[in-house]
Amino acid sequence: MSRPEHVSPPELFYNEREASKYARSTRMMQIQSQISERALELLNLPDNTHGLLLDVGCGTGMSGSVIEENGHAWIGVDISKDMLDIAATNIKDEGSDGDVVHRDMGTGLGFRGGVFDGAISISAVQWLCYSSHKEHVPKLRLKRFFQELYGALRRGARAVLQLYPETPQQMELITSAAMAVGFTGGVVVDYPNSAKAKKFYLVLSAGQPTQLPRGKDGAGEERPLFHPGRRSA
Amino acid sequence: MKLLTHNMLKCNVKGVNNGYPLKIEVTTKEIRETEMNPAFLQGIVEKLEWPVFRAAAAQLGEEGLPEAVTPELLEQEDFLKKFHRALLEVVVVEGALICPESGRKFTITNGIPNMLLNEDEV
Ligand SMILES: [Zn+2]
Repeated sequence: MSRPEHVSPPELFYNEREASKYARSTRMMQIQSQISERALELLNLPDNTHGLLLDVGCGTGMSGSVIEENGHAWIGVDISKDMLDIAATNIKDEGSDGDVVHRDMGTGLGFRGGVFDGAISISAVQWLCYSSHKEHVPKLRLKRFFQELYGALRRGARAVLQLYPETPQQMELITSAAMAVGFTGGVVVDYPNSAKAKKFYLVLSAGQPTQLPRGKDGAGEERPLFHPGRRSA
Repeated sequence: MKLLTHNMLKCNVKGVNNGYPLKIEVTTKEIRETEMNPAFLQGIVEKLEWPVFRAAAAQLGEEGLPEAVTPELLEQEDFLKKFHRALLEVVVVEGALICPESGRKFTITNGIPNMLLNEDEV
């Protein structure tokens, strides 16, 4: 199956039809929830923290639900308005303490300094490596994103970014962009021996060296792909 | 958009030094109940720009928040309820956010602020 990143830019790929299909897929939800749980675990927040988390590429708010089950409030940003409209409905219907903002992470995040106790991102950051518009330079977009992510985090807080790098070079591009703005940390690989289930988590710390946790072994779950629909534009 | 989010958002258009606080224009607002989490409220208070929050709350009809928060207040049920309501239950559904420096207007539709920037603003 082709990678979504090759089909069209995210705001077009996750159009209204794809967004609602995505939101309804139970299997997708299960895998997203598992990845979100793992990302939260890797955030390593102190016990009894009821903090504010940032969800980058929050989509329809699936990981937001997991954040909330763990006792935190969250603000999500996403470039797809169709996804966000579904997230907004879920937030309203579920009486959630989440909230969402329409934003392209490649243009920065636009939050005050030090306000988040942690950030997670599920399957989103690799999108920054693709130039879907001719004026988009991946390196610059990665720099802006990581600069503002670093700034928005409380000192010592972590960001855990689960992503699907297409090549080792892409992982290196993303990691070095993070380190260049001051993050420390590195990549945790879960299920490294399974071609399908292998998951990469970039675990970053804003302002304090961090001891990397170990990746998980075993079988795991594969990337939840759904068949890309026709482009809407 | 909840006032929690408003308190954290700023304008980061290129060249803007002081894109905070964003002015709020309200066309429609709603109260949407959520469960109160006192531990969250006690923790978030130090991260809020309180005067900004208090002014925004008053603008949205949530009067009666104190000028400053004390540890004693954070133990009082009455105060926590007001705080919770203004921070997380009042939602600007339609309206706009306006940067105090550049005047850039960010519209809010379906409760979602549109903070997308044009390429020349990055
Ligand atoms: Zn501005």
